[in-house]
Formats: sequence, structure tokens, C-alpha cells
Amino acid sequence: MPEKLTSRNLLNQLQTRHYTNAYAAKMKGQLVGWATSIFPQEFCETMGLTVVYPENHAAAVAAKRGALPLLEQAESEGYSVDLCSYARINLAYMKSQAAEIPIPLPDFILCCNNICNTLIKWYENIAAELNIPMILIDVPYNHGYEPTPAAIDYIKSEFGECIRQLEKITGQQFNQERFQEVMILSNENSRAWKRALDLNQAVPAPLNGFELFNYMSQMVCARGRQETGELLKLLIEELEEKIRLGKSCYEDGEKCRVMWDGIACWPHIKHNFKAFEKNGINIVCSSYPEAWVLLYEPGNLDELAKVYSMIGNNTCMEYQADKREREVKNFKLDGILFHVNRSCKVMDFMQYEQQRLVAARTDVSIMNFDGDQADPRNFAAAQFETRLEALMEIVAHNKSAKKSKEVTNNDPA
Amino acid sequence: MITAGVDIGSTSSKVVVLEEGEKILSKVIIPVGAGSSGPARAFEQSIREVNLSREDIKRVIATGYGRNTFTGADQQITEITCHARGVYELVPGVKTIIDIGGQDAKAIGIGKGGTVSNFIMNDKCAAGTGRFLEVMSRILEINIEDLADLAASAKNEISISNTCTVFAESEVISQLSTGTAREDVAAGIVQSVVGRVAGLVKRIGVQSEVVMTGGVCLNWMIIKVMEKELDVPVIASPMAQLTGALGAALLAFESAS
Repeated sequence: MPEKLTSRNLLNQLQTRHYTNAYAAKMKGQLVGWATSIFPQEFCETMGLTVVYPENHAAAVAAKRGALPLLEQAESEGYSVDLCSYARINLAYMKSQAAEIPIPLPDFILCCNNICNTLIKWYENIAAELNIPMILIDVPYNHGYEPTPAAIDYIKSEFGECIRQLEKITGQQFNQERFQEVMILSNENSRAWKRALDLNQAVPAPLNGFELFNYMSQMVCARGRQETGELLKLLIEELEEKIRLGKSCYEDGEKCRVMWDGIACWPHIKHNFKAFEKNGINIVCSSYPEAWVLLYEPGNLDELAKVYSMIGNNTCMEYQADKREREVKNFKLDGILFHVNRSCKVMDFMQYEQQRLVAARTDVSIMNFDGDQADPRNFAAAQFETRLEALMEIVAHNKSAKKSKEVTNNDPA
Repeated sequence: MITAGVDIGSTSSKVVVLEEGEKILSKVIIPVGAGSSGPARAFEQSIREVNLSREDIKRVIATGYGRNTFTGADQQITEITCHARGVYELVPGVKTIIDIGGQDAKAIGIGKGGTVSNFIMNDKCAAGTGRFLEVMSRILEINIEDLADLAASAKNEISISNTCTVFAESEVISQLSTGTAREDVAAGIVQSVVGRVAGLVKRIGVQSEVVMTGGVCLNWMIIKVMEKELDVPVIASPMAQLTGALGAALLAFESAS
């Protein structure tokens, strides 16, 4: 009897297909693009273009322990060790194409600075080195709670320019009907992704956080595609079944529920997982995978502009603190781990104030650790373990104190 | 009931043996830490001194960087919780702990009943740690114990980088080679460590009473300069680098009772 297809198997198949299809397209002489991870994919999907995502690729390379040679190559070419490790990996890859998972070189690039501004210089370098066109969607930072009407108009005008450039690059006309279909599908997938993430509000949570990071890659690379919907449907079914059975993702049960704040520490993800598992700590939610929940009314370009503008790093302090406060409550969190990521200066810049705000509003315990999204040299396992165990000790003590208080309060004497 | 705490740091191993969670029967420090014979030797010595065997010890808790590699322990608890427990026993009014160990520095906020409310540790860098002071003492050709007295005699303290031990080392060598007085360099080294660690403490919020633990609290100049930097009195833990082992022994007693 054939084995039942699990969402994990399907995810692996889809991710492998994503990269092999990109290579096949290149071999057939079709155009291939590179895009930043939260670029409005609706435009290139409408044009039927093959796009790969260097950040996703760099993460995969790092998780397979292939980052160091590329990082050293980039540094030998003059890129500072203080630059983003995704950028260093990708800029080195562009020159050598030396990675276990190959991606074809691009014919055009799509850049949206809604997650950071390093991307602009990184992508300008690619465009200059390869002499290829770059489409930029420049998104102003949201100093207020939401984008201003002027910012929305500005972003919409760039959408128009993006379409014009894509038509020029491909020689094809942008099809508005297809655009509407892609928007509908993208929203369906985002809703399903949100549903899967929210299912982890169950106690015990059915999915561990490292799996969240894995499934997330499909939302990065193909959130406007039919097959992503099929994957998420399967994932949701599996999670609902686990909840029905009251099954934790850990055999020994879930002792502590935390949020992982920031990007994964990809080169050490196996170590991180084991350290969490050993302590019964589960990452039940994270700001990272949540970034690919992009919901808007299909056809409403104002909303499309707004949703792509309101990505974590591009939102103000108050908006981010409100979001974390809600998550502490909804996911019944005991703690938050802040990844002080040497690669991501913009995220680090806001972290301490975020910690202070969330600590003042909730009773959640907070820990931070030093690491890097893809540079294995910026992480110390022993330091990480000590911090994680100390967090666990604080949480265990708080839980036991709370329990004793409840017993005392319920004591009729 | 007899319990023991074994604190295995990166540069030394410390053991405290307690009777009924009150009386210290023995305390041992051996200046080699995790990955060496130090922890086992320190433990053996601590029980031999008082004519005990392992079977006489009801519970042993290991803490510190090497806590997971010590096979003689019944339980492992982080040095953060153990330092908090140890200091609370010695200075019950403690609200903030500064622990500077061999390879890390931490600031620990203490809540009700001596429990840890929050903590913050140095990043992956030796600046602001005991190792930094060791490296600098070697260049100054003095024993680390003499660094405080040398720094106290400074006339024109110089500034030493506190962002990187290796850069600071070359900076010190360069200063010495251009004739800067050793005491002025020593004062710069003390200020460098204090500046770095005070940053951590300010991040969690400075609340009196502030207690410093770890071997570095034996350096009275560090305490003095830290008081100036934080603008509050700083108490050196009466048991200095043995504070974590004391906390572990106390926690062992409490969990076994």
C-alpha cells in the first residue's frame, strides 16, 4: 500500500520542484527573476514568470551548512563581515554559483525594501554586475500606525511602473483578469497560512516552531500558486487531527510556550531544535513566518499597497508592541526569545525597546541571544543553552508560584 | 542532610558542601574549569576535607558552563539561578546582581524571594569578562590579583577599547611600547571592563542593593569604578567566586527537603 502523502513530504517535493523548475526554465531560454522575500509577487505571478528568492536560497544553503565558503568568498572580494550574511552569500553565489542547491542566474531582479534597506544596495550590485534590469518598489517607513495616503499613492504609482517595466522585459501585456485571479489565490493561501499558524494557539501546540520555519518557505516562494493551497490544506488537516487527539509535537509534552522573535538561526537550526526539545520548550509562534500573511481585498490596490507596506520591520514601535502583546495573550506564551541577529541591524535596532514595551504590558519572561541568520561564526552554542535553560528555570518558577497562589486562594481555611 | 553545589566555570571549578542548608562544611576552588580534571578534583577535595564520601551527600547540583559534563551531579541548574540564590542568602536585600566570570558577564534582576526576574548576558565576545583581565594582566606582567592596586596608583588614566579583547590587547601593547605608565594602562583596563558591564546592568535597570559576584569582584578597583559608573553602592559578594556553588548547594538542600 502506498504511504500516505504527508504535508512534510509534499513540502519537500514542492521546494525541490521550485528550484528544479527554475533551472529548467533557464535551460529552455525563459526569463528568470530574483526577488526579495516579500516583493509583491502578484505582478510577476500574473506575467507567469519564473522567480527565485535569494534570501530563501541563502537560508537553505546555511541550513545545509554550506554558508561559510560563500561568506569567505564574499569577504575576500571586499564585502565587510558586518554586512548582512544573506547578501554576502548571494553576492558570492552570483560569482561562483558554488552551492549544493543551485539557482539559475537572473535576467531581471525585483526588489522591495519593505523589510530592509540593505536590499537596495545588494540588488543594485547584482543589477550592475550582471547588467540586468532592476525593478524597485520603494516603500516609505511607517512612522505612524498605518501608511499615510501619500505613501499609498506613491506605492501604487510604483506598482504601475513595475507593470510597465515587466511588460517591457517580457514583451507581453499585463493581463488584468489573470491579476485578479492571482490576487484571489494569494489571499486564499494567506488565509490558510494564518489558519495554520493560529492552530498553534492550542495547548499543547500541534506544530513546533522549526517546522513553521520550514513550511514558511513555500509562502515565500509560491504564495500565489495553486499547489501552495493544496499543501496548506493538508497541513491544516494534520494539525486539526493532532489537536483533536490532544497531541503535543514533543513526546514528553510541552513544558513552556515561547515566541521566537526574529529570523531563524539557520546554520544552527538542528542544534537549536535539540536544545528546545531537551527542555520541552516549544516555539508556538514567531514574527518570522507571520510576515507572509498578506491579506487584502483582491482588486483593491490601496489595500495591496498598504499590506506590502506594513511588514514587521517597516512598522512603528507601537504597532509592533501591540502585535506582540496580542500574541502573548492569544498563544498563551510563557516567554519570548529575541534573536539579536548580527545580520539584521534594522531589527536589532528596535529590539530592546520592544522588549521593554512587551515586558511592561505582559508578565512574559524575556531572553535574548546573539546569533546570525546565516553566518555560523556569530553563534555560541553553550551561551545559547545557558540562556535557554535560565529562561526555562524562570518560567518553571513563575508557574509553580502561580499554582501555589491559586491553591492558597482556593483554600477555604 | 548534606548537600553540595559544584560550579564549573570556564577558568575555575568551585565546590561548596553544606550541612542542613546552613553550615558550610567545606569550600574549594581549583583554578581550572570545564573540560579539565578541575571539577572532579575540587569535588573530591571538598568531601575528603571533611571525611565524607559521595554516598554521604544527599544531593549534588552542578552549575556553570560545564554543568552538563559533570557526571557526579543529581541535577543541573544554570549559574543565573544559582548566583541569585547564593546572593539572596548572603545579602537578602539584593535587587541586582552583576556576575563577571571567566568568559561571560551577566546582569541579573532579582524579584521577590530572591527569584530571577530577568537577566542579560554579554554577547559572543570576551571584552568585559575575567578572561579580558587575565589577558591584560599578562601583558602588564603582573598577577591578576595585583591589577587593582596598580590601577589605583594611576595619574593619567588612558582609554582602552572595550569592543574586542584582541584589539584591546594590541592597543595596550602599543601604549606600553610608547612609554605610557603601566598604572595608567591598568586604570584604563579597569574602566574598559566596567564600561562594558555597566551597559548590561543599565539595560535591565539598576536597583539597589547591587551585588557583584564572581572572581572579578575581588578586584576592589572594579567595585569602586562600578559604583561611580552606576552611581549606587556596589557590594562585593562575601563569597565572591564561590557564590554560585553556594546557591547550587542551597537549591540542592531545598529540592531534597
